[in-house]
Amino acid sequence: MAGSGYKGARIDDVDHFLKGDGLDSEREKTIGQHIGYRYDVNLLPDYDRLTPFLRDYLEFMGWDDLNWLEDVHMGYDEGQAAVFDRNINGWVAIPEDMELPDNQQDRDMIAREMLIKFQMSPDHPMVDLYKAYRKF
Amino acid sequence: MAGVSDSASTLMGMHTEPLTGRDIKTKFTLRNEGGFAYHFARDVDFNRRAEIDCADLEPSEINRKIRDLMDSGHGSIVLRNPGAKHSLIVGILNRMNFIVDGSLGYFGCGLLDGPSVRIAGRVGWSFGENMMAGVCVIEKNAGSTFGAALRGGDLVCKGSVGSRTGIDQKGGTIIVGGDTGAFSGFMMQRGRIVVCGNAGKNLGDSMYDGTIYIGGEIQDLGVDAVPAELTDLDRAWLTRKLTMYELLPGKGVDHFTKIVAGKQLWSYDNLEPTEKKLVL
Repeated sequence: MAGSGYKGARIDDVDHFLKGDGLDSEREKTIGQHIGYRYDVNLLPDYDRLTPFLRDYLEFMGWDDLNWLEDVHMGYDEGQAAVFDRNINGWVAIPEDMELPDNQQDRDMIAREMLIKFQMSPDHPMVDLYKAYRKF
Repeated sequence: MAGVSDSASTLMGMHTEPLTGRDIKTKFTLRNEGGFAYHFARDVDFNRRAEIDCADLEPSEINRKIRDLMDSGHGSIVLRNPGAKHSLIVGILNRMNFIVDGSLGYFGCGLLDGPSVRIAGRVGWSFGENMMAGVCVIEKNAGSTFGAALRGGDLVCKGSVGSRTGIDQKGGTIIVGGDTGAFSGFMMQRGRIVVCGNAGKNLGDSMYDGTIYIGGEIQDLGVDAVPAELTDLDRAWLTRKLTMYELLPGKGVDHFTKIVAGKQLWSYDNLEPTEKKLVL
């Protein structure tokens, strides 16, 4: 069923992947590794929860909605909240001292905001990659 | 998290290397804050508009002219007489507005990250392939493999599209005002496909994840594609999205059928989680 987060289990506790070892199914226990995304890739955004920063970003880009950010969620990598950055193909860990909201929708909005700030920074690894590999 | 030494798969001799801790991981820190655009993006103004007459130009010349105009700060570009030429408006990692006064050929608008594109005519095969972000709206029909390997953004075809729409889709939204052909959503991994009309054979075949919404008839479902319940969040999102593109049916969205992955094909071995991530 879509919305259950990953195969074999329905995740009702928003802190599920922050509390446990992430090994829920028999298969995961066998291989000692969590399988699949540590978030629900199909969760649609609740537009009532847009942050002011995201509204400004959408206005700058000339879009009427979250566009590519609809696919960005706060995930959980080895017990820590993180957002996946497709441009570096890796997780960006959320600072541990950051207080997380009590629901996934608000967490997703924070993840979107942080990912934009990370990607648009002059320190982002893609800046060097662009210099090295740009073709036109 | 269980370590390599005590997992059953290690004891069974399936692997010797640790399976955890292999992901690229970065701490969120900002030494220098940027704006809303990539650091290397061109500084363009939507109010600066230019036109390119494509009639006597090769695709490479047209694409070069587009970049020259962006370098000079133009944020809105109109392509006149595009003549269904191939591979136009590709690889642009910038906010931009494009208006195409006609049709595009194969592989139009691929690898985009940011632009908004309006196309008055039709488009050929593999339109919007690998698009990362942005909006493309086509007023008429599109060919096969529309939005192949789409990663983000909205691809909208107000007419009908060919087969294998959204093949290998990894994110983003494909919206079709008319019908879609066979094998739509084939091997889809995430993202959303919305079809206001009918869907051809093998819809969602071998899909791993993602969601497909069909407003009309479904000829048949592919392997592991299963119906799911349309939730209030689905209805709100569909209504919002279809209204944005003036495609909301008069009877609303309650009649849409939602299709998701049954996930019976999920049989990852110990290496697949990492390998699956590599394609995102």
